[in-house]
Amino acid sequence: MPTYPHKTNGFKAPLPWLAAVVVLAALVALPVLVVAGNLLVPSGGIWGHLAATVLGSYIGNSIILMVCVGAGVALGGVGTAWLVTMCRFPFSRWLEWALLLPMAMPAYVVAYTYTGLLDYAGPVQGALRAVMGWTSARDYWFPEIRSLGGAVTVMVMVLYPYVYILARAAFLEQSVCVLEASRTLGRGPWRAFSQVALPLARPAVMAGIALALMETLNDFGTVHYFAVDTFTTGIYRTWLGMGQPAVAAQLGAVLMIFVAALIALERWSRGGAKSHHTTSRYRRLPRIPLPGWRGGLALAFSLLPVLLGFVIPAGMLTWWTFQVGLSASFGGDFTRLAGNSLLLALVAGLAAVAVAVVLAYAQRLHPRPLIRLAVRVASLGYAVPGSVIAVGIMVPLVALDRSIARTVEGWTGASPGLLLTGTIFALVYAYLVRFLAVSANTVEASLGKVTPSLEAAARTLGCGTVSALRRVHLPIIKGSLLSAVLLVFVDVMKELPATLIMRPFNFDTLATRTFTLASDERLADAGAPALAIVLVGLVPVLLLSRAIAKSRPGEPS
Amino acid sequence: MISTTGLVMSNITHHFGRTRVVDDVSLSIGPGELLCLLGPSGCGKTTTLRIAAGLESPSAGTVVLNSQLVSGDGVHLPPERRHVGFLFQDYALFPHLDVLGNVEFGIHTLSGAERKTRALEMLDQVGMKDYAQAWPHQLSGGQQQRVALARALAPNPGLMLLDEPFSGLDKRLRDQVRDETLHVLKRNRVSTLMVTHDPEEAMFMADRVAVMRQGRIVQMDQPEALYNRPADPFVASFFGEVNVFDAPVTNGMANTPLGRFAVGVGAAKAQVLIRPEGIGIADADGPEAVVLAARLLGRVSLIHLRVEHPSLPPAHLHARLSSRALPAEGERLRLSIDHSQVFIFPAT
Repeated sequence: MPTYPHKTNGFKAPLPWLAAVVVLAALVALPVLVVAGNLLVPSGGIWGHLAATVLGSYIGNSIILMVCVGAGVALGGVGTAWLVTMCRFPFSRWLEWALLLPMAMPAYVVAYTYTGLLDYAGPVQGALRAVMGWTSARDYWFPEIRSLGGAVTVMVMVLYPYVYILARAAFLEQSVCVLEASRTLGRGPWRAFSQVALPLARPAVMAGIALALMETLNDFGTVHYFAVDTFTTGIYRTWLGMGQPAVAAQLGAVLMIFVAALIALERWSRGGAKSHHTTSRYRRLPRIPLPGWRGGLALAFSLLPVLLGFVIPAGMLTWWTFQVGLSASFGGDFTRLAGNSLLLALVAGLAAVAVAVVLAYAQRLHPRPLIRLAVRVASLGYAVPGSVIAVGIMVPLVALDRSIARTVEGWTGASPGLLLTGTIFALVYAYLVRFLAVSANTVEASLGKVTPSLEAAARTLGCGTVSALRRVHLPIIKGSLLSAVLLVFVDVMKELPATLIMRPFNFDTLATRTFTLASDERLADAGAPALAIVLVGLVPVLLLSRAIAKSRPGEPS
Repeated sequence: MISTTGLVMSNITHHFGRTRVVDDVSLSIGPGELLCLLGPSGCGKTTTLRIAAGLESPSAGTVVLNSQLVSGDGVHLPPERRHVGFLFQDYALFPHLDVLGNVEFGIHTLSGAERKTRALEMLDQVGMKDYAQAWPHQLSGGQQQRVALARALAPNPGLMLLDEPFSGLDKRLRDQVRDETLHVLKRNRVSTLMVTHDPEEAMFMADRVAVMRQGRIVQMDQPEALYNRPADPFVASFFGEVNVFDAPVTNGMANTPLGRFAVGVGAAKAQVLIRPEGIGIADADGPEAVVLAARLLGRVSLIHLRVEHPSLPPAHLHARLSSRALPAEGERLRLSIDHSQVFIFPAT
């Protein structure tokens, strides 16, 4: 007689995973849905007025920004990643980690420094006037940094590392056999790159570009400071200036259409092609030596982003800090600001990666339409500007708090006040909504490293789904998990609008302090907190650069 | 259908979307028996294997493993609870664990010392004990395959499942690893279901072979029975090159350039298949043929022949002779036919 084991629903209804994914996705999607719901709310004449006057320039500016920044980060990110992983030229090993440095730079900080450097009163124009004998702005032409072109330049300089990191990881993970096969099939190094390495790395590159463009659309600090009219500045103005949250949310909803298109593009470019490497054997990558002038050119190309995106702005910040004086800069409540920023970033980073792992793994185990939809919905939060996420969270949280307070008051007679609104919990929730796509993209892409047969091997050797995740998937994708934590960490450190609005009372971070000072045109005073954001952001960037260099599959780490 | 044998699959059907990849497959494997699923790619053999492992849940049918119902009738025991060993085409060694760690992976419920003893014992059986501390990427393909075998056998599985386990190896290494694998499997007396597209490999490894085509088992028998008594032209031609004649039938006899062969009643046409080794050189009578080319292939020689017939189109055929004396090109020979190597199938 056969014994009948527990009647598992087996592959037909993966209930625990399904429930986990749907609950997580619903939580992350809630603010987005609240915002999207505003599209249906009639808002009277103000929306019509906006559509007739500024909406066109919002859309036009946003499109120009996206096209130019997208092209810029693709060229910079893929070009540098290929050069430093596949070629050998002077300082190439050193550049491998130096290229990560601009990640530590928030776009608005770079905007402040170049404004300080290049505007009329800055050292560059001052020196030109002194040398050429010009006396006023009428005597010469100089590019205006506070412009759309300036915003594009600033964003490319700080956003290309998204493409660089993911493309570099993809190049490293490509089996050298595939590249060598293409070389022996008569492809030169250049064609091996364009016909084999690049197509194989395409999912990673597209993910990187998509991330950079989402950041572009979400940027508030730079466009606000440069007075470029985009959706985010419009939202900020209609909400805080005109006191019209519904209209602000409607602008946000239009912006979400842009990002939804972006996500669709990225998903489409990946297609159904889940490519797994055909060999499990890894070897050291042979690097193509670039002697003479070609090496010099490669060095110049790879050095430029490091100089523009990090060295020059960091130098400017350091100069400001010394100008103001060290004790004035780092005294007072500086330590508290730094602690606040660090805590928020770490908690949010770990939470985002944990949620991303659950979502990506559930989707891989059970690629069913409902789970897929839930995961997509969860990543859409990245589309929503921080300020709009704040509305989307504040509205339901305040309602929840009020009902809790009423209930408690009914029992005890004393009101506990608002429990969740204006707490770190609410802020971390906002970061999770906003940055889940960062970790989800990375985790999902890296799970591709675990081939179906590795998974099946773990299962037939006695691992359940959770134990296989712990014993096989997580150790194999360890390096990518670190990358994912770090990407979120740095983003949270720099995040501005949501933090400005949702921070607990009297709770300041380095970012909010920098913004306040720069808005008051106290650029030099903003130097120290901005420099601190950069330095704190730098530590994990350096750790990451060592970790990803070490943690190649198949090598003890 | 319930028995105490290793594996019983009954009336298994499986769909991917609308495609029926496995169609009413039934098979059973006795204790210690090695059954081979043989067929061209896309015939459903790997899916059948994955269903046995629990990696797929069949659309219909039941799987009974060591007297326990594991699939069907609303039951699906997940792979981790079936105690099966799976050997993958790409070996699937965990890249983050060394060789010992890989073999210990499936026996982590044992205590540390026991685990290590068992793992080393398995590595010893496959001749890889000296590589316990090596990393998978440092091993050759053959070594990876041996480690994968040790890893799959370490938990003492009730059933071993082998998915084209030798296809990644070059010919000489393949023969050696195949031989070793067979001995390790037989020494451990484990029931085994193996998938291959290589008939020679199937005959080398298997106690019994099931030939699959388009999701169905066409014939299941011992290798020599498949070779000597194929059920249809597909099976006959799968085990090696054959000379094929589409022959008209008159008075119950199929007419070929090599003579007339008896067919069952009723057919108007027949397919006559003659293995090259069933054609020999006769002394006097027999059909006449012209030598087009003759080549020595090692143990046998291959003769290309042309046979003419007054009322049928001329035929080109191959004969394999064990003699080393090669006939000259253009020479006229008389042929003899070994009727045990002739298979006649009435065409419908």
